[in-house]
Amino acid sequence: MQKVYPDARAALAGLLKDGMLIMAGGFGLCGIPEQLILAIREAGVKNLTVVSNNCGIDGVGLGLLLDTKQIKKMISSYVGENKTFAQQYLAGELEIEFNPQGTLAERIRAGGAGIPAFFTRTGAGTQIAEGKEQREIDGEHHVMERGLVADLSIVHAWMGDTEGNLVYRKTARNFNPMMATAGKVTVAEIEHLMQPGDINPDHIITPGVYVKRLVHVPNAVKHIEQRTVRKRTAAPAGTGEEV
Amino acid sequence: MGWTRDQMAERAAKELRDGFYVNLGIGIPTLVSNYIPAGMSVQLQSENGMLGFGPFPYEGEEDPDLINAGKQTVTEIPTTSYFSSADSFAMIRGGHIDLSILGAMQVAENGDLANWMIPGKMVKGMGGAMDLVAGVKKVVVVMEHSAKNEPKLLKRCTLPLTGAGVVDMVITDLGVFTIDKKGGGGMTLIELAPGATLDEIRSKTEASYRTSNAL
Repeated sequence: MQKVYPDARAALAGLLKDGMLIMAGGFGLCGIPEQLILAIREAGVKNLTVVSNNCGIDGVGLGLLLDTKQIKKMISSYVGENKTFAQQYLAGELEIEFNPQGTLAERIRAGGAGIPAFFTRTGAGTQIAEGKEQREIDGEHHVMERGLVADLSIVHAWMGDTEGNLVYRKTARNFNPMMATAGKVTVAEIEHLMQPGDINPDHIITPGVYVKRLVHVPNAVKHIEQRTVRKRTAAPAGTGEEV
Repeated sequence: MGWTRDQMAERAAKELRDGFYVNLGIGIPTLVSNYIPAGMSVQLQSENGMLGFGPFPYEGEEDPDLINAGKQTVTEIPTTSYFSSADSFAMIRGGHIDLSILGAMQVAENGDLANWMIPGKMVKGMGGAMDLVAGVKKVVVVMEHSAKNEPKLLKRCTLPLTGAGVVDMVITDLGVFTIDKKGGGGMTLIELAPGATLDEIRSKTEASYRTSNAL
């Protein structure tokens, strides 16, 4: 079984259909499967429902699929960084289903674990609870939320071996591990392609069973949404080094 | 008169305790991290999957893979751990985070909170706010007492709720209120900001509240 494909287009070949539900990892622009998103744009599939915490920014990440009007509906927790999104939404061209971020994460985790629904306090007494089954458990109001399963999940990882075992880097992990479990098919783009045995098995976050296809994206360009820095203060006299 | 944004953050920092795990919202709550008392161990949680983070990086050391929930570049510290969004919200919803400090548009006397949408305006989404107020042990709101002379402390919120009966404390530029959200004991004014008067607060507050005997 060969899981490694030569490029993003090949890794998605035969998997894309109009109207499908796609999960895309990332938080803001951190840990997004950018090369796979570009390949989806190139393929031109339309009427997509996309599950992702955000929707990129104008011209970057999932924002690219807004420009080409390939997205029919977003399931997200926050979409504030995107003007194209606002325009298409106000023009009635785009649907949005807001999920509280933890509910979204848990719906994906549950979907991947074969759990069709769960109860949570999050959203009880708010408009998020409207139309959903509600139950009082241990004296508190809870809302029933459904597990989510995708036709296709696309994720970004730092390292992966040819078996599909994945390791993420710092906060680029975010939604990627749950989405890897919740796709009927999961395709991962990885910055470093390793051989089996190269990654310490204790360090693997996503076991290869969840990953059907891999594409190696060395030198992936990464984006920073809010570049915040501090000034270096002068070294105290006599230390001779920067502190 | 009253407290500045920084003084409100400084007042909110008095709710920190040694060993606390804390989530800070965007805006004034972020400033609270500047007032963690020396020698006190407080770990900041960022809901995108990081516990224990440091200040902004030095110029040239920004890492696109290392951001906070406001999508700002931050730094790692020796206590840092990383985890998935599901683990992050398990921490939040499972009651493992001690304190959440966040902003608000409206707070009601029963502890209802509205801070995520204004009907008729473009809605950006609630992010993690609904999970934080539903799951964190203590919820402190830091906000201006009124907006364009409209009170923000109300009998009932008029905006869609982020959470029902979730707020424990409200710190405004004029003073500090506690809310007995579980016991139904209502709202109590417990502190006045320097220069603020009981009369001024009364005139700018729609919610019913008691005034602590200490005042």
